[in-house]
Amino acid sequence: MIETRGLTKRYGRTLAVDDLSFTIHPGRVTGFLGPNGAGKSTTMRMILGLDRPTTGQALINGRPYGELNNPLRTVGALLDAKWVHPNRSARSHLRWLARSNRLPPGRVDEVLDQVGLTAVAGRRAGAFSLGMSQRLGIAGALLGDPEILLFDEPVNGLDPEGIVWIREFMRSLAGEGRSVLVSSHLLPEMALSATELVVIGRGRLIAQSSTAEFVDGASCSSVRVRSPQLLELAEVLMRQGIDVRAAPDGEQSLVVTGTDTARVGELAAGAGVVLHELALHQGSLEDAFMHITGHDVEYVAGQDNLATAGR
Amino acid sequence: MSFIAAERIKLTSTRSPWWCAGVGVAATVGVGSISMSAGDDAGFTGVASTQLGYGLGMAVVMVMATLAVTTEYSVGMIRSTFLAVPNRTIALLAKTFVVAVGAGLVGLLAAFGSWALGLVLLPGVDLALHGVAEWRQVGGVGLVYLVAAVFAVAVGILVRHTAGAVALVLTWALMIEQLLALVPGFGSVSRWLPFQAAKHFLFTADQPWLAMGYFAALSAALLAAAIAVAKGRDA
Repeated sequence: MIETRGLTKRYGRTLAVDDLSFTIHPGRVTGFLGPNGAGKSTTMRMILGLDRPTTGQALINGRPYGELNNPLRTVGALLDAKWVHPNRSARSHLRWLARSNRLPPGRVDEVLDQVGLTAVAGRRAGAFSLGMSQRLGIAGALLGDPEILLFDEPVNGLDPEGIVWIREFMRSLAGEGRSVLVSSHLLPEMALSATELVVIGRGRLIAQSSTAEFVDGASCSSVRVRSPQLLELAEVLMRQGIDVRAAPDGEQSLVVTGTDTARVGELAAGAGVVLHELALHQGSLEDAFMHITGHDVEYVAGQDNLATAGR
Repeated sequence: MSFIAAERIKLTSTRSPWWCAGVGVAATVGVGSISMSAGDDAGFTGVASTQLGYGLGMAVVMVMATLAVTTEYSVGMIRSTFLAVPNRTIALLAKTFVVAVGAGLVGLLAAFGSWALGLVLLPGVDLALHGVAEWRQVGGVGLVYLVAAVFAVAVGILVRHTAGAVALVLTWALMIEQLLALVPGFGSVSRWLPFQAAKHFLFTADQPWLAMGYFAALSAALLAAAIAVAKGRDA
């Protein structure tokens, strides 16, 4: 279990992490979600004792990381795949890691096999592609057979094959009863792999819930109607106190919120309005995220283009 | 002990320390042999005359020791180290220990190699290791390299950048101390400079162990300061 209590990190006048308290429960994949610059990596580094919190604390099974004996047996982490000596072979890298935490040398070959690097284990890590480096980092995280795993943006820069591999891998790790905390700014990725979410923006906690609840709670579902009698339809709906907007993209369409397709259809029929289209627009994780974090994005590019999904 | 074993794997699993060790021994023996065949101009007699190349090997060993720290910092691997061994004092002491012992071994190889070459090049000189003084002058090179490596590791931890740390270590040990000794009125103070003290230990009969103790204490203090700084900052 990972727990943060009032975790705060200040760099000069910038508050990178602001009074962050959350709990990561075992046996699940928890997505750590937030736009770039929200403080995800800083939080993870503080959990792992690399950065010192300005105030507050992060605990792993009730203790700070620095007080764990042979910490690789409890926590495996991949924060940056490049934290490896470029001239050292993959096997040697894992050998010193294993030795430092009194792990049997046989674990090295086991994890190399597990991530599929056995054939290139003797090659220097500096010559590895990003995907291979990522696998080596995961091998290092798995070395101590830990109950808790932390991954910081593990799919960043990977090719589709690598992304699928990591996604499957994280699921299987959680299936074995481990807790996995994985950060990402890629919302669709989180929707596919995480069952729980911790959402932060500008260093503050925005939400902690299951992925499904998060989408429901920030309900952005709406109804889209297309009709040749648009004005009449709008009038009928507004008379019922229903919120109506013109669709941003199409003519002859309305976006209706706060109701469902059945009611819009019935009201239209009652008023004799012809409908050409009546569709429910399900709120996606992006919509929910944008809805909730609208004011918590660190770098706002344009007025109405936060472009979070693409980054 | 597992931390020391881990650091030993690190030091021996890349090529550059092996190259540094080889070059360090070769340079020391090489320069020693040149000064030996050029004759006894420096006024050193006996076994000391075989050890005049120690400075070059020491420089190479200090580069190796500095790199052992700064390459970890430059690629971010120091964070992997601190994840595996979160007690930074233990992690950095283990690294210092392994690097220093390695440097000491290089020093012993270089010193006894130079001495053995002296037996060939200086057949007329008495190079027998009669007693403590002679053993100190040859074997002491190993001790000097060991302490010099501690000094270099400490600078590496403080500076973190390879270029800056190597430049600082080399200019200090090879240039600045010598130049300071030339400053008028500074001559008497110069024996309190760490690498002048190391030289004093090797080549002077006047309280050599005091000089070595001073050199070692200064390097240990620098290491303690470096570890304190490393503990206080974000990795």
